[in-house]
Amino acid sequence: MTLHAITVLGHDRPGIIAETTHRLAGLGLNLEDSTMTLLRGHFAMMLICAGDARDTEIEEALAPLTADGRLTVTVREVPEEQVERTDASSWVLTVHGGDRPGIVSRIIGEVAAVGGNVTDLTTRLAGDLYLLVAEVDLPAGVDAEAVRRSLAAAAAELGVGVTLRAAEADEL
Amino acid sequence: MALNERLLEWTEAELRVDGRALDVVRAPAAVLSADGDQVDPKAPETVQLAADLVATMRVSPGCVGLAAPQVGVGVKVFCVDVSGHPKTRDHHGTFVLCNAEVVDSSRNEKAREGCMSVPDLTGDVKRAGRIVVRGQLPGTGEEVTVEANAFEARALQHEIDHCYGYLFLDRVAGAHAVYARKTYL
Repeated sequence: MTLHAITVLGHDRPGIIAETTHRLAGLGLNLEDSTMTLLRGHFAMMLICAGDARDTEIEEALAPLTADGRLTVTVREVPEEQVERTDASSWVLTVHGGDRPGIVSRIIGEVAAVGGNVTDLTTRLAGDLYLLVAEVDLPAGVDAEAVRRSLAAAAAELGVGVTLRAAEADEL
Repeated sequence: MALNERLLEWTEAELRVDGRALDVVRAPAAVLSADGDQVDPKAPETVQLAADLVATMRVSPGCVGLAAPQVGVGVKVFCVDVSGHPKTRDHHGTFVLCNAEVVDSSRNEKAREGCMSVPDLTGDVKRAGRIVVRGQLPGTGEEVTVEANAFEARALQHEIDHCYGYLFLDRVAGAHAVYARKTYL
């Protein structure tokens, strides 16, 4: 059993997911984690699947998807990753303001500087409005107030607004 | 839940000025991200602003509330009227509050919100389903305390956030809780 990372990118149309997963199922592959979205109208899907097929067989099976030249498919075998338990705290970071180059790198640089890890990220450009929402793990012992201050200073330089708040999970 | 009788009977006719429909500003306008100033609820400009907010809300399709920063004025004044919305449970009809603050809240619920100042995006936001808000009425300056639930509570929190320089984007539940809007009212 091996794990394969597959990406499908390009022109959106109905049926891409149905066709991709049908072909993967035909190889006996099991879909594990996946995500799909539209990025400025472009279809973008990433998935990890497990099975006995080799990369080359998967590429061959998915080749018809790319026949009209409007979709790109990549397949790569990847190792099992052990997701380690952590005592990090989880936060949601929001930045919004006028679009300009460098917002993500400047803001996320502040997160990286304290060893923070981004576990999910979305950015959107809507008209003149640039929005970044990230889910961030901060290592135990990091002073969140200090991070908030450094983020606010970076945001002020960029002329954007920033909020960092604890990600709440209601245990039921 | 006890409704506030004073707010229930309030209408914009009490303001005794004609409201004007103003242009609604959109993010990233700086006024939307600034903490609004406190106002004198009896001042003529506050009364005019209150009337203008109601008038602008009335002419905006689907609009259930509007805060001063959304018409470009960085102060703590907003109007709401959720009476026609299907998610409304109890409500106080149309009213305007100045310098309002949430003094108590409970029962968090998540729902998808949009905003006239962020026309192209919506987002899932967790907010209290039951709140107590204190503020002042424009014109008389009377202090009122209002208990609100369900959609009226959500609308009040959204508008009070505007008065403090926060958009719903600052409260979205996570990276996958923001959506490109597909239908416009």
